Amino acid sequence: MSLLSTLARLEAVRAQRAQPLATVRHRHLSERPMVLVPLAAAGESGAPLAVLLGTDREAPRLHFVPQPLNRTQRWEFLAAVAREVVPYLESFGDEVELLEGSERDPVSGEKVPVVRELCADAPQLVVPNAGGVSHLALLGRSTRFRRTVEDPDPGEYPSPTEVPLLGRWLTHLTDRAQVPGSSLLLAMTGLLSRHWATGQSNLEDQHLAARLAWHLPPAGLEPPAVGAAAAEWVESARDGDGLLLHPPAGPATDPKFDERVLAPAILRHDAAVAVRERAEAARDGAEVRRAAGLVEQAHAELARVLLAATLPTWHDVWRGLDLLRALPAAGHLPDRWEGDRWSFTMHRDRVAAGEPPQPRRDDAVTAARKLAQREREQARLEIQEALDDPLAMAERRLAGEAFAGEVVDVVPEWSAGRSPKPRPLLVVRTDDRPHADPGREAHRAHAEPAQRAEVVSAAPGEVVVRLLSGMGRRKDPEPGSVPEPGTAVVFTLFELAPRQSAPLPEPADTPWTHGGPPVAVEDAPAGGDEWE
Amino acid sequence: MTDPEGAFPDPGTGTGPGTGPAPAPGEAADRAVAGILDAVVRPAPGAPRGVVVDSPPGAGKSTLVVRAARELVDAGERLMIVAQTNSQVDDLVDRLASKAPGMSIGRLHASDSRPAPEALRHANVTAKDKVADLLEQDVVISTAAKWQWVKTEQPWRQAIVDEAYQMRSDALLAVARLFERALFVGDPGQLDPFTVVGTDQWAGLSYDPSSSAVVTLLAHNPEIRPHRLPVSWRLPASAAPLVSDAFYPYTPFRAGTGPDDRTLRPGLRGDGSAVDAAIDEAAAGGWALLELPARHTVRTDAQAVAAVAATVRRLLERELTAHSEQGSAPLTPGRVAVGTAHRDQAAAVRAELARLGVPVDPAAGEAVTVDTANRLQGREYDVTVVLHPLSGRPDATAFHLETGRLCVLASRHRHACIVVARAGIPELLDDHPATDPVQLGVAVKFPDGWEANHAVLSHLAEHRVRL
Amino acid sequence: MNVSHLGQASPPLRRLSELRGPAPQRSLDARALAALAANPGCRRRALLDAAGVDKTALAQQLGRPAPFGQSPFAIRRGLQFESRLKRDGYAVLLAPLRRRLGVPEDEALSLAVPDLLPSASPAVRAERTAAALAEAAADPAGWTLLDHPLLRLDVAGSPAYLEPDAVVVHAGRCTVVEIKSFPVLDGSADPANVGAAARQAAVYVLALQEAAARLAGRPLSAGPYAVQDLPGAPELTVLLVCPKDFSSLPVAVPVDVRRELAVTRRQLSRMTRIDQLLAALPGGVTFDLARDASGTPTRPAGELAAAVAAVPAAYAPECISTCELGFHCRSQARCAGAVEQLGRGVRGELGALRTVAEALAAAEQGGGGGPEPALEEGSGLDEAAERLVYAARLRAEALAAGGVR
Repeated sequence: MSLLSTLARLEAVRAQRAQPLATVRHRHLSERPMVLVPLAAAGESGAPLAVLLGTDREAPRLHFVPQPLNRTQRWEFLAAVAREVVPYLESFGDEVELLEGSERDPVSGEKVPVVRELCADAPQLVVPNAGGVSHLALLGRSTRFRRTVEDPDPGEYPSPTEVPLLGRWLTHLTDRAQVPGSSLLLAMTGLLSRHWATGQSNLEDQHLAARLAWHLPPAGLEPPAVGAAAAEWVESARDGDGLLLHPPAGPATDPKFDERVLAPAILRHDAAVAVRERAEAARDGAEVRRAAGLVEQAHAELARVLLAATLPTWHDVWRGLDLLRALPAAGHLPDRWEGDRWSFTMHRDRVAAGEPPQPRRDDAVTAARKLAQREREQARLEIQEALDDPLAMAERRLAGEAFAGEVVDVVPEWSAGRSPKPRPLLVVRTDDRPHADPGREAHRAHAEPAQRAEVVSAAPGEVVVRLLSGMGRRKDPEPGSVPEPGTAVVFTLFELAPRQSAPLPEPADTPWTHGGPPVAVEDAPAGGDEWE
Repeated sequence: MTDPEGAFPDPGTGTGPGTGPAPAPGEAADRAVAGILDAVVRPAPGAPRGVVVDSPPGAGKSTLVVRAARELVDAGERLMIVAQTNSQVDDLVDRLASKAPGMSIGRLHASDSRPAPEALRHANVTAKDKVADLLEQDVVISTAAKWQWVKTEQPWRQAIVDEAYQMRSDALLAVARLFERALFVGDPGQLDPFTVVGTDQWAGLSYDPSSSAVVTLLAHNPEIRPHRLPVSWRLPASAAPLVSDAFYPYTPFRAGTGPDDRTLRPGLRGDGSAVDAAIDEAAAGGWALLELPARHTVRTDAQAVAAVAATVRRLLERELTAHSEQGSAPLTPGRVAVGTAHRDQAAAVRAELARLGVPVDPAAGEAVTVDTANRLQGREYDVTVVLHPLSGRPDATAFHLETGRLCVLASRHRHACIVVARAGIPELLDDHPATDPVQLGVAVKFPDGWEANHAVLSHLAEHRVRL
Repeated sequence: MNVSHLGQASPPLRRLSELRGPAPQRSLDARALAALAANPGCRRRALLDAAGVDKTALAQQLGRPAPFGQSPFAIRRGLQFESRLKRDGYAVLLAPLRRRLGVPEDEALSLAVPDLLPSASPAVRAERTAAALAEAAADPAGWTLLDHPLLRLDVAGSPAYLEPDAVVVHAGRCTVVEIKSFPVLDGSADPANVGAAARQAAVYVLALQEAAARLAGRPLSAGPYAVQDLPGAPELTVLLVCPKDFSSLPVAVPVDVRRELAVTRRQLSRMTRIDQLLAALPGGVTFDLARDASGTPTRPAGELAAAVAAVPAAYAPECISTCELGFHCRSQARCAGAVEQLGRGVRGELGALRTVAEALAAAEQGGGGGPEPALEEGSGLDEAAERLVYAARLRAEALAAGGVR
């Protein structure tokens, strides 16, 4: 945490209200996001319990597993979720832009023109917190290898065909969520933390409702309040039965809820199913009908308690979206969203081409490529945020990596040589204290075209830089390319374009230092070793 | 350093008890170097393609690289050398060009940066930004970052990778196509490579792209048994045992010189101040802890910074002479370095030194080096003054506890090291939470920073001077 | 794991028992050890644990109960998993142990599982375990599995009893086995969970090292990473047994606990400072909940809070997930305006400024937009305050430029 965000937290403590950490919105928000509030069954990794999802704030849809240990019910649940999520995702694949480019022909080595498709828009999933992202990743991992009835060898327990497709999409989206600045899958706590500081710690900010309580009074709190007391209320206030008044945002449920509400409801459902099965075995029609009613009742009861456990969080996510939508969009969002659109388009194409599901673990080259991409995107994000938002630039100024001030003098000078080029000196008055050692490269923010400079001297209150580029090709600088005295300028000591990543070999060319080319291990079909 | 298999010292080094009388340091080191050169220049048929050499601080790594390069070139090899930073490359070019004037050396550099003048002053050095212009050179040297972009039809048969523990696995992945065999040299005790983005999903993979190149190499080539340089020629007898015990518990080394081989004598008597007392303590025993009263401060603690600067000024004012096996020399600004954990601390120390009139700008002549641990890696000075990473902190973080950081700071000196710190660090360490996560399949790095810090502090406590 | 203290009432022990009141002594359990690791500098936690106070009941009576609990689903699954391990003759443990110890797969193997008198008193159980361990260690060829043995460890001068899930003895050495319910997925597991398991296992390894040293009549080695070369000494790598992937099939993975062992040794040795904490305590302080005949606590919360406040805490937000008193200490930190409420790291930036009010006052003394204080020679501003002033100016300027204020 930087001192600037600490200061914002301190102010939030005093005001008992969230304080801004950004002046613009730094993440793309879709006009039609899908919100998911997943719950996991306790005690078993990645076992789904329920999910409340949808694109319509007024019409969330609940899916749940009545008996979390029952494999068939789990497949039914996942198939139902897939039938909601996959069509939503695929609906963005239809409208495309056609981009003309060129590609090197693998045979002739010559450049040939190609037309590539780029989806005009991409889907966006929003979950309450980072745990939600991890849960989706686990679901992706546990389903993408499933064999279905369409497989040549469907195995003993084939799953519905939609299920592995859902797994591949979830794997792609959760992997993409690791890329800094990406917005295909977002966690609401992370979004809020980027834009506002609360008067509590990062750790406590992971609790979505407690975080939101620094913005808006939590539903049900009387009298309405915001701040620490409201946050503590949503964290810990319980009713006479010991149940939390505001359920946790998941995916883990409150153990007391499991014990006092969920376990009995599951038990009743199991009992009703058992009665029905006995009746069916006994071919007792009247009893079967009665038992079916019991099952239906127990099912409705489970739906009721699980809806109550997820609906408050559903509303919290939408209230968070309201807060974020009120911020003006940052200038570079379309640029980064285009990266997300490419990511979506390419996965769409891989699915369409019938490529196999993503492997369990990345091979050496893929891992290195992903790391390079994340580092590049991290650098791009930091640069773009600083350019888009004076508060983000202030972070860099405080760190001594940039300085803002006013040009007080311009000394025209030229480079030596046969065709002299303009190399004017700018004297910048600044209250900032950059780590500007003489000779260090500097870059003028918001300059179009890009403008490079070199620090000549730095003293308290004044930095002298020499402009090196961005002034045209002639002896005299292009009009307007050299700031006049009185102009406000910002110079950064970091580059304003992320460096390209160095090329990596193809996986088939993995060198001996890294074990050689990956051996094609048939990913063992997920049969008996999983979820039995 | 990692100790993936067992916790047993390699019996081959002969430094442990029970292996008979230890040979003289020179002899032990020569034997180690001869073994390495054999493996590199005259590999047995079927020998592994890589040779790894672990080198503790000042154990003659650079000398080894120069010797290996000369012998390989003499044997008719074309050689590529990979170092990690531009200053490492320039240092190496300078050293190689001086020691082997007959060797043609290509310095491959990025198009937007010029090599340092020391590297370019030699007649046998050619600097180009395209590898095609350097293919005729006996040796081509560049950074790993630049090598990654090199396209060549004709790989080198032989490479030397310097500071290999600082190199990331993904960088090796990108350059390994350029050579058939390689000598990897580095110090496993220094700072690990790092990244600012999440890499948890690859933890435990042998080729985790964010891990050290050597870790990946050894995981995939288990037949490679790392060689070790067993003697530090830099660290004095007062420092080698402490650094070895605290930072290299499973791969011990010793000093190449005895307690009487190195002395540091002030020309002028102390003025009775604590700073002068600390200098006298360090001159006599190789270490001093100049301790300020306990207080919680921000990183740029003005009093600690002032104490560091005052110590440097007095070091230079008191006309110290360093006597060693290499002869006697006055302690001049170029032989003194200040080490800090953070850049803003280094900047504050530099500003304070400039205010005191101590030269800190290398462009203006011989100057005191003031830098962070990261940038001091691989450097050597007669005397170092260290601002302790934990001084004045209300809390310790993983960054401040990182073993490599303290190891670098405590192992740059040939004569003496003066540590400036506020009182209260042992209590701070005791209160530090021990909730480190553990990744399955990742070899545990030893020692942990907490243990190493305690070991160093308890030793320093014997050399304490209170300010 | 269950641990209980049993010992003679030396003066400090008597005082500790007074602090606890007539309530039964709480064991130093896994949660207490986790809290020790998470916040070794907290005197309040150290004293309450040393006295064996029931912190859950204490937090309840203070009005801010601990949120800890385990879902019945998780408990059931944990029990199923452990019983499954026993059902197949512990094969899952033995296969990786064979590999680690270099025992051929086909070598016939009979596993002895001695009776460790599970229903006897702790002292008897510990003695029985020690005897079984010595017997097993004396047989180099045999394989012995000690199922829930009871180990003795001296903590702060009094013996504590610890119960690992299992210890396997072969070739004169033993290996700690820790059974956990979090999964190993594609070869990796949650690092926080593995770390916690490693710290817990390190305590058992330390107890086994003490046992081996006692048996051999030798002191414990001083070196933190030293391998003990004594009969029955523990391996410094333990076996973690977890469900594999999404199944309930067990998988055993080795975990090197040398680092955790070194840390645990140091932390437990520091627990002897309890004497100093007791000495600093005002007379008459007690954490007795004053339960009535029905077991209901009657001690007024205010009085209890005052007693708790007599021992200083070192609150950090992490305490909420590791210590029963976390919510109580947080509300105290908030009342006092302590900067720790915002996180451990915050203090590093604020230097000697300890409260929110102090820090904000320092940030505002620059007057906002005035001349740069750093440039004023001898302004006397503390560096932390000076940086805060600078930060406040940048923040105000940026918010104004962004049109937020």
